[in-house]
Amino acid sequence: MAQRELLRLATAGSVDDGKSTLLGRLLLDTKLLLSDQLEAVSRDGEGPDLAALTDGLRAEREQGITIDVAYRFFATPRRSFILADTPGHERYTRNMFTGASTADLAIVLVDARHGVVTQTRRHTQISALLGIRHVVTCVNKMDLVGWEQERFEAVAADVRELAQRLAIPDPLVLPISALHGDNVVDRSERSPWYDGPPLLEHLEQLDVAADRDLSRLRLPVQWVARPANARRRGYAGQLAAGTLRAGDPVVVLPAGTRTTVSAVDTLDDDAGDASGNGAGPVVAVPPLSVTVELADDVDVGRGDVLVSPGSEPPAARELEATICWMAEEPLRPGRRYALKHTTRTVRATVQALHERIDPETLAPEREPAALALNDIGRVTLRTSSVVLADPYAENRVTGAFVLIDEHDNDTVAAGLVLSAREVRPAREGRRDVTWHASSLERERRWGALGTRGATVWLTGLPASGKSTIAVELERALVDSGRAAYLLDGDNIRYGLSDDLGFSPGDRAEHIRRVGHVARLIADSGTVAVVSLVSPMAADREAVRELHDAAGLAFLEVFVDTTPEECERRDPKGLYARARAGEIKGFTGVDAPYERPRTPDLHVPTAEVEVAPAVARIVELLRDDQ
Amino acid sequence: MSGPRVSLLRSLEAEAVHAVREVAAELERPVLLFSGGKDSIALLRVAEKAFRPAPLPFPVLHVDTGHNFPEVLEFRDRRIAEAGHRLIVASVQDSIDAGRVKEQEPGASRNRLQTRTLLDALEEHRFDAAFGGARRDEERARAKERVLSFRDEFGQWEPRQQRPEPWAIYNGRIRRGEHVRVFPLSNWTELDVWRYVEAEGLELPSIYFAHRRRVIERDGMLLAWSQWVQPQDGEQVLDEQVRYRTVGDLTVTGAVRSEARDITAVISEIEASNVSERGETRADDRTSEAAMEDRKREGYF
Ligand SMILES: Nc1nc2c(ncn2[C@@H]2O[C@H](COP(=O)(O)OP(=O)(O)O)[C@@H](O)[C@H]2O)c(=O)[nH]1
Repeated sequence: MAQRELLRLATAGSVDDGKSTLLGRLLLDTKLLLSDQLEAVSRDGEGPDLAALTDGLRAEREQGITIDVAYRFFATPRRSFILADTPGHERYTRNMFTGASTADLAIVLVDARHGVVTQTRRHTQISALLGIRHVVTCVNKMDLVGWEQERFEAVAADVRELAQRLAIPDPLVLPISALHGDNVVDRSERSPWYDGPPLLEHLEQLDVAADRDLSRLRLPVQWVARPANARRRGYAGQLAAGTLRAGDPVVVLPAGTRTTVSAVDTLDDDAGDASGNGAGPVVAVPPLSVTVELADDVDVGRGDVLVSPGSEPPAARELEATICWMAEEPLRPGRRYALKHTTRTVRATVQALHERIDPETLAPEREPAALALNDIGRVTLRTSSVVLADPYAENRVTGAFVLIDEHDNDTVAAGLVLSAREVRPAREGRRDVTWHASSLERERRWGALGTRGATVWLTGLPASGKSTIAVELERALVDSGRAAYLLDGDNIRYGLSDDLGFSPGDRAEHIRRVGHVARLIADSGTVAVVSLVSPMAADREAVRELHDAAGLAFLEVFVDTTPEECERRDPKGLYARARAGEIKGFTGVDAPYERPRTPDLHVPTAEVEVAPAVARIVELLRDDQ
Repeated sequence: MSGPRVSLLRSLEAEAVHAVREVAAELERPVLLFSGGKDSIALLRVAEKAFRPAPLPFPVLHVDTGHNFPEVLEFRDRRIAEAGHRLIVASVQDSIDAGRVKEQEPGASRNRLQTRTLLDALEEHRFDAAFGGARRDEERARAKERVLSFRDEFGQWEPRQQRPEPWAIYNGRIRRGEHVRVFPLSNWTELDVWRYVEAEGLELPSIYFAHRRRVIERDGMLLAWSQWVQPQDGEQVLDEQVRYRTVGDLTVTGAVRSEARDITAVISEIEASNVSERGETRADDRTSEAAMEDRKREGYF
């Protein structure tokens, strides 16, 4: 394919700085304006109304200002440009954020008469925040200040000082007149003192390929292709960083499995194939979309990430992030949203709102009560499941996310990760929270009620018979005058765990929550009867430790039914759906079950009926007294 | 070290493939709108690549105005059959016969009527995402539309209430009855599409290349002489060497005089031309400046 490259630009400026005029000028002078488009904006007597060219929807035509992001396209023989024309006013910060989010380069406009104003600082700051490495400031309307070099230098000095403060590497400042075309496409004779390039020349020559991170592989898996014939599965995604070729070792996260890439399809049929035939080995680089095959038959799904060994991002449950709030209803700490990061969606709770940046003065406000529409602020988010994120400053794809309101499905925030932390909620030592012993001693409470609490934890494959035993056990206990309460895994998923799915991380979290609820119920004097697949030994062990630490009895009952028998029973038809591929990660079909090695009671259902099993549990509970 | 460079077309293709895969993964019943025109041919190619070597995981829908070029219908059937995709044809004639829409006069443009047929087809098949080949460079209302464009339960687009779409993180969440239109080629220009067709060696319907045709010159456009387009007072039927830049309802799609018999020649002619695609060949958009915006709000493509 042709070797012309793509450059993504974003423009911003206050109303009337001449942004639309500059765009019109670029289109006109690169001869991209077609005669019918020109006709639509031509006026009698004067030249074309350049600003009207790039101004879109009717509502905006009426108000005369650009509200939404509009995308423009122009090209020179060397490069094609996609320009996001964004509104400059702070009331539309979210649109500027959106338009600039993918830009390689930002053009900030300054009116030569007014110099650097708040809006200039804002636009430059947002550009820097969004990781745009190349910021070009055009000092426009130089014709209105008589092309005075001193005026330009004064403005340029302010711009450079600002750029330095924001750590923008090589800021370019240009004197232009968008209206008359000076230093836009062609060098102007009115500024002999300016020895830099005209705008377009700079845009054509800038090297942005160097901005990519080619060292640490990041391939978020979007889609798993399952060809009908016997070929291997293909894992599809767009490269966010690093390079990829056949033979490369990779780690699949969050599982941590190591394997090797056996083939790469970069979708380019001219690039030879991955085995090295044709034009040589295929090397995929960002931002190509690829499909890869792996040497081993490992479990990889949408939301997983392939990374290079040694460069693994943390399996984060907590994100500190800068966000731009995009919804009418304000953000408040404690609220919960869906968080979409690359190809993975989790739930996130706003743990803390640390700071709000005043859109007018840019001064940070500490611990604000809320973030309003178009505010930028810093938050801590706690996620329901792991997020494999990098700091945004290191990667603009794997460091970015959006928040979605789950009631109206709107995108309410754009987020940039500052740091991603591996916080295990169960283990976190929060010093300000200590176990608050009830004022009533447990023995006194139990004595007065004439009952004793404990937890019976029934584990086993789906359809192994846990619930049957649990229901009978609850009844037997209550009939014998002992308070008992059945905690059914599905019921808890309905409420307390409604933010969790069935990924390994979510399952562990679900079990942790059920474990805590069981402990509280047991402590209150009731027998908690838990019926939960709980396939992983470590998760069950953690719940046991919780009870041990609280001095409460914990009975692990292994309801042992062969997988074949469970699948034969299948009362809810779940095995059938899992076999059909409709349910993924189903224990007993494509997710493991770790058999308890030393359960308190082993119930092989092929040999033991329900009634004797229940009687045996009641007996064990009595022994405990 | 800046590493291997990625060309414009490969960048655009990668971005489009990413959008197609996201939607296929997050929505339940996508469909690809296929007109047989060059944009939908490029789009279909992008979609096929996104899932290869597996087959396309969704069907292809053509809204047939009944005023199509026979060459395009022939091409559509052959192209889709060769690839083994599932083709659904929704017919504007059926909508007229069923009384869903009213034709003003026989032979009038059916462009606007297509909207009803399209929405009915989406509803009937419970499609919740429809891929289209529209580009932002086509005209000004499109320039602001998102890649994933949300439609309410009436299929309508509300330009002032568009979801923010930062980066390429697409939010495909909808409620029952709503759907999204997806425009993976949003950032392609007309020339990018032509160059992609050339680079990928894609076949196009024959009307895209110079051929002799009987045409009628009307309002500065060359309309194909057909059972619906007949000379009116004073108009003459001319025999011209022409090709098309877009394919649509043949009562409103204009041809251009051309000598270009292959894709390379077509690209050279377009590079040299200074009239936009819609300005040159779409009578329906010329009526009013805001024509497209109005139709899009109603649920048009
Ligand atoms: N004298 C002069 N006027 C300009 C220049 N650039 C823009 N303008 C005028 O400034 C006004 C606002 O320009 P416009 O492009 O609409 O600004 P926007 O709001 O930033 O898009 C218009 O009247 C333009 O003609 C310039 O370089 N010199």
